[in-house]
Amino acid sequence: MSVIFILILISAVIASTFLIAFIWSVKSGQYDDTYSPSVRILFDDKVKKENKEDSGKTKYNNRKKV
Amino acid sequence: MPSLAEKDVDTELHCTHCSDVCDDDSIRADDTVFCCLGCKTVYQILHENGLDAYYRLEDQPGVSLKHNKGKDYYAFIDKEDIQRKILNYLGDDLAKLRLFIPSIHCSSCIWLLENLYKLKNGINLSIVNFPRKELSIDYDPRAITLREVVEMLASLGYEPEITLETTENKNQVSKHQRNLLIKIGVAGFAFGNIMLFSFPEYVGLDRLVEPQFSRFFSFVSMVFSLPVIFFSASDYFKSAWSGLKQRLISIDVPIVIGVVALFTRSVYEVAMAYGTGYFDSLAGLIFFLLLGKWFQGKTYESLLFDRNYKSYFPVAVTKLLHNGKDKDNDRESIPINELVPGDRILIRNAELIPADAVLISEEAWVDNSFVTGESRAVRKCSGDYIYAGGKQAGPVIELEVAREVSQSYLTQLWNKDAFKKSHTSNQKDLINKISKYFTAVVLLIAFGAGTFWLISDPSKALNAFTAVLIVACPCALALATPFAVGSTLRVFGRNGFYLKNGDVVELLANVDEIVFDKTGTITMQSQDRNGITFTGELNEKDKQRIADLTTNSSHPLSRIIAGSLTSNFSTGRNRSISDYTEVKGKGISAKVDGAGVMLGSAEFTGYNYVNGADHRTSRVFVTIDNEKKGFFSITNTYRENFERVIIKLRGAYKMSVLSGDNSAERSFLENVFPENTELYFEQTAYDKLGFVKKRQDTGSNVLMIGDGLNDSGALAQADVGIAVADNVNNFTPASDAILSGSNFSLFPAILSFSKTTVKVIIYSFVLSFIYNIAGLGFAISGNLTPVFAAILMPLSSISVVVFTTGAINLMASKVGFR
Repeated sequence: MSVIFILILISAVIASTFLIAFIWSVKSGQYDDTYSPSVRILFDDKVKKENKEDSGKTKYNNRKKV
Repeated sequence: MPSLAEKDVDTELHCTHCSDVCDDDSIRADDTVFCCLGCKTVYQILHENGLDAYYRLEDQPGVSLKHNKGKDYYAFIDKEDIQRKILNYLGDDLAKLRLFIPSIHCSSCIWLLENLYKLKNGINLSIVNFPRKELSIDYDPRAITLREVVEMLASLGYEPEITLETTENKNQVSKHQRNLLIKIGVAGFAFGNIMLFSFPEYVGLDRLVEPQFSRFFSFVSMVFSLPVIFFSASDYFKSAWSGLKQRLISIDVPIVIGVVALFTRSVYEVAMAYGTGYFDSLAGLIFFLLLGKWFQGKTYESLLFDRNYKSYFPVAVTKLLHNGKDKDNDRESIPINELVPGDRILIRNAELIPADAVLISEEAWVDNSFVTGESRAVRKCSGDYIYAGGKQAGPVIELEVAREVSQSYLTQLWNKDAFKKSHTSNQKDLINKISKYFTAVVLLIAFGAGTFWLISDPSKALNAFTAVLIVACPCALALATPFAVGSTLRVFGRNGFYLKNGDVVELLANVDEIVFDKTGTITMQSQDRNGITFTGELNEKDKQRIADLTTNSSHPLSRIIAGSLTSNFSTGRNRSISDYTEVKGKGISAKVDGAGVMLGSAEFTGYNYVNGADHRTSRVFVTIDNEKKGFFSITNTYRENFERVIIKLRGAYKMSVLSGDNSAERSFLENVFPENTELYFEQTAYDKLGFVKKRQDTGSNVLMIGDGLNDSGALAQADVGIAVADNVNNFTPASDAILSGSNFSLFPAILSFSKTTVKVIIYSFVLSFIYNIAGLGFAISGNLTPVFAAILMPLSSISVVVFTTGAINLMASKVGFR
């Protein structure tokens, strides 16, 4: 039965990881605006051809700097 | 005119960009029609850059560009100290800023604004926060200047609002909300985990498992509860302490007592190996309380409630340098707080005069509606003294500043005490009234039970004492208000009534006197077709000519006339208008379709008419080819159902009307309002503030409802100040609430619903008292087990939450709210 000590320790670590993930997501502003992303995800980027490099860069920035 | 657009969908031409009704189809590109050149330009910019998707996402998503600002309007942004105020960050190759753009309104806006990098090199990233109508931009200052960024936005119709207010304001609200979210997260995390460890006990397994496990479980629970009490609950400790320092026993005091009792007793039990403690109840309690706080914290972030005079004033003005020869560099944009007496400034059409000044130009037409409420432009001559807050209507004028901005007429008003006093400090809301007695009674019972057991069975004394404190913890009581008020806020918000915060609901319920402003509040400044009549005779052709002429003018009366005529006439044909002249404050004239048309005052058009006693109507005279045709009479239009609103409010409230206008409508208002209603005319901003104060001194709870800058003093002084706005994102003075003008008829229902909310709160208090009393029975007898507490506490909290939100929404649908 003493395996339960280890199991509880592991479960606590896993749960804490999710808590930390939540705190990080709040601090990085993901909960500041819960409406716009729902609209944004429906945009499709058809006009990428001319400056593929440019838009690619911006997408990367998007992820990095929010 | 959206109302027009909705009615005549089939017959009218709509602008491809902004959906406004087009006067004719002369402005076109690629088989599509535009209402003005501004819209066409935007279309072409987007088309050339392959951003046509803008028009596919929504129908006619654009913002009309008819009222665009002048070319040098944004020149002030080149000033370095203004840039520093606007930018959040400035490095060598990166600058960040956030702009408030009121015209963001649909998904196309989001799409376009986030594709700005395709339009201009140098913009790295732009992200929209839709609910707050904010745009965050990262750009490269080497490639593009801040002014270019702002001007590009303005040219697309997304004019950012840059005033001293927005530049000085930093984002505090979002930080607070983020902290609260993290606290909820931590409490919820602990709550869930502790429940898992308490599970054996809930189902009675604790006697089966080895005792070492249950000790271990309760120890782990204790560890999990530490962040809850020291982090998540920290705000309650702080606010209870700051309340006590002000000799105020708020509801947080009994909560803190309960929380501390729960924690210490649980720690004691675990340490003495005497029980498992109440950590689950503790974490659950804090979790629910924080949820309530979060629910109540819902405010309308995109609306600005705290505007003062500064947000009406521009950030900068054009100063004349008078260095003689160099004509190109004789003017400079400077921030208004750098203005000193003696400076010469230029004010263009429709710009606000930022400081008291003396007129240098020959003539000016000043529209003082912001300051006095009087809607007519006043003629000023060279050498006249002009107060700050007026708007120039007409050509560019030159002024010499007489006093600094901070000493001007308006700012003096704003520095009055009414604006400094914080509303909430002297307001005793329901819950805090109760909590004083509640705390006393709880302590009394706790000590009573303790001493009783001390005498009869000392081993149970401590147990009973702490149990009373735990059970009496007013969790449900504290949740009732946030959830009732939060639901009410949502109901109001759906119906075009936005509250600054939840406290306003209770204040609203206590109101016994209503003070109305007239202009803009109970009358409308819009171009309604009703209330316009023509005396004389006009044939169809003349009507057509007048319609063509008036659509070219931006004067309010022209717009009303145009609105009344264009609905009956197709303006589809392309007629030539030449020699168009507009004499501000007098009238307009032009050659339309071969005939000379003049519209305007009697003097301007050559009539012999003396403006008689009837000020209620404005008259516009018509002369076509020197032939006198007659005149339009335009009556001030009252808001829809205005009379019915007053009838509903009769009896329940004492009412009075303050107007900045003249007394022309006295007899009409006397008929609508009950007898003995006080009506005052030609009131200045000072007078209004003084009146509200006088009424409050007699012991009344005054509600002021107004719209203009001239009402702001009274709105701030009143117990509840409601600003009426036809476009809630546009100018509204500082207020406790904003009522959308189209929902004015709901005003009585809103007032009575705030009373319903207070009633619901009281009923839920009763409900939570019942729980407390039931729990107390167990506590006093010394039989409160952790399991019982773990069931009772969430049960009481949840049932109170369900009751309040359910009751509010049920009542709302009964009253007929959306």
